[in-house]
Amino acid sequence: MALIEVDNVSRTFTVRSRKGRLRREKRQVNAVDGLTFQVAEGECVGYVGPNGAGKSTTVKMLTGILVPSGGRLRVAGVDPSRDRVRLAHRIGVVFGQRTTLWWDLPLRDSYEMARRIYRIPAGRFRANLDRCLELLDLGPLMDTPVRQLSLGQRMRGDIAAALLHDPQVLYLDEPTIGLDVVSRNRVRQFLREVNTERGTTVLLTTHDLTDIEQLCSRVMVIDHGRVVYDGGLEGLHAVGESERTLVVDLAEPCPPIAVEGARVVRVDGPRQWLAFPAARSAAPVVAAVAAGYPLVDLSVREPAIEDVISRMYAGEVAAPVRVG
Amino acid sequence: MPLTLYGSVARGSFRRYATYRAAILAGAFTNTVFGFILSYTYLALWHARPDLGGYDATGAVTYIWISQALIAPVCVWGGGFQDDFQDRVRNGDIAIDLYRPVDLQSWWLATDLGRAALQLVTRGVLPMVAGAAVFRLRLPHDGRVWAAFLVSVMLAVAVSFAFRYLVSLTGFWLMDSDGVRSLAGILGMFFSGKLLPITLFPGALGALARVLPWSAMVQIPCDVLLQQRTGGALATGLGFQAFWALVLLAAGRAVQGLATRRVVVQGG
Ligand SMILES: Nc1ncnc2c1ncn2[C@@H]1O[C@H](COP(=O)(O)OP(=O)(O)O)[C@@H](O)[C@H]1O
Ligand SMILES: [Mg+2]
Repeated sequence: MALIEVDNVSRTFTVRSRKGRLRREKRQVNAVDGLTFQVAEGECVGYVGPNGAGKSTTVKMLTGILVPSGGRLRVAGVDPSRDRVRLAHRIGVVFGQRTTLWWDLPLRDSYEMARRIYRIPAGRFRANLDRCLELLDLGPLMDTPVRQLSLGQRMRGDIAAALLHDPQVLYLDEPTIGLDVVSRNRVRQFLREVNTERGTTVLLTTHDLTDIEQLCSRVMVIDHGRVVYDGGLEGLHAVGESERTLVVDLAEPCPPIAVEGARVVRVDGPRQWLAFPAARSAAPVVAAVAAGYPLVDLSVREPAIEDVISRMYAGEVAAPVRVG
Repeated sequence: MPLTLYGSVARGSFRRYATYRAAILAGAFTNTVFGFILSYTYLALWHARPDLGGYDATGAVTYIWISQALIAPVCVWGGGFQDDFQDRVRNGDIAIDLYRPVDLQSWWLATDLGRAALQLVTRGVLPMVAGAAVFRLRLPHDGRVWAAFLVSVMLAVAVSFAFRYLVSLTGFWLMDSDGVRSLAGILGMFFSGKLLPITLFPGALGALARVLPWSAMVQIPCDVLLQQRTGGALATGLGFQAFWALVLLAAGRAVQGLATRRVVVQGG
């Protein structure tokens, strides 16, 4: 049985807006619409999509603080909104733009509070806290009031707070947004450790595809409340019809290279750029170039995943969805 | 277990408010200045009408300083946890709070009791000391009266919290609950006995003020310390406070249920 089961879930909001002085307009927004996916225990899944795609709404429904308008939702076998309090002991949540830490008090106090809220046995608390402090480099900040922490420090503090009670699942809603490079790397390393060493299931919402590349073997792309892609990162290139680039350095400037299966996209003196489908091997193209031109050096550039996804968002690509 | 949780929430809140040193000093200073102004006004009034409302002049001035000491801890004007709470309602963080396995009302009550304790020992004590240095006050020597007073203040804070919680919960339905809050503050100042002891209110107005919950916030604790309420009257006074605390807390719990439903079902 999957740990997270989302079956044809929808969520509509009624938005009221003022139109003119007295007239009010009611509008239905389908934040999530026929969403279906499953996450198995121990997976680390990237959840990406443009602003307003329904990512936060999904996370809220999974934590039980928002009821779906339709469909079926199960986390660890229970309906989150019905058994919110019971489930709370088994999940950890980090909302990037919010904090659960005590603003005016030292970081230490927030952890002490977490210990009491989740009734964590003293020994386990000590061990978990020590591990988090070390891996997230929080030790020196324990006596600093939260309001004096930088965004990156605060976020690391929040992530630690979400994990002290050994949750089975960790939801992160844009945890790396606005972080400096050092904090970003710390967070990524830590999350990888949590997922691989502890076996914690992770659902990570992010705008930063490097997060996904470094952490997740599976990525779900959501747009207008629907999953438009679900699969490996490599597969995203295939469905995104993305192209790899072969950069060749020739002995002297030549006219644009003409070889089967590739086209020249740029020429700069003796250097030329050839695009070919990402799903195909580079070998035949390289062989053809070497046979017909004075090849000196070459390199292959992978397509930027950002481009693939943004083309998907723009609806240029009809993406086959692989669920499960 | 939950008691130790909410106990540590209250202690955390106490320490948090202790970090606002400048605000404490500024507040205590203001309370003291107004204490002086009100004392001279009352002295003039009681000079013209001795034994007004059942207090002699010394009793009346003592009443002033007790009520000045209570204004911050009991939040007669409103305030305390309300600022944080309303912010969280406005920016949606309150929905996020729901995923934690804690009871919202108990959590906020604990923070408010912690705040009240800190403000009692700072903004309560400082003006009182200043008042006692200048005016002749009638403060009890009997430790049991002080103990009864502390119980009464705690109940006053509970009633005040329960009422302010209801006021702030309106923020789930109104775009802006500040209007409700201002109105509640004015009613509080008037009916609590903070402006003028309720015993001075004439006829039906006095009778009304005596049964409304606000009298539990200032009038009753003042009368306990002034020993205007002893024996059976003390017991009924404390019982009256406890009654309103329970009624308003229960009402808050019911409205909180509706508000939570609204957030969870409608999305705020
Ligand atoms: N509480 C709400 N009330 C009304 N509309 C909402 C509410 N929450 C989200 N929405 C709308 O639902 C859509 C999805 O929002 P969200 O899940 O926050 O997207 P994302 O996190 O992917 O940026 C947006 O159009 C947003 O405006
Ligand atoms: Mg979001």
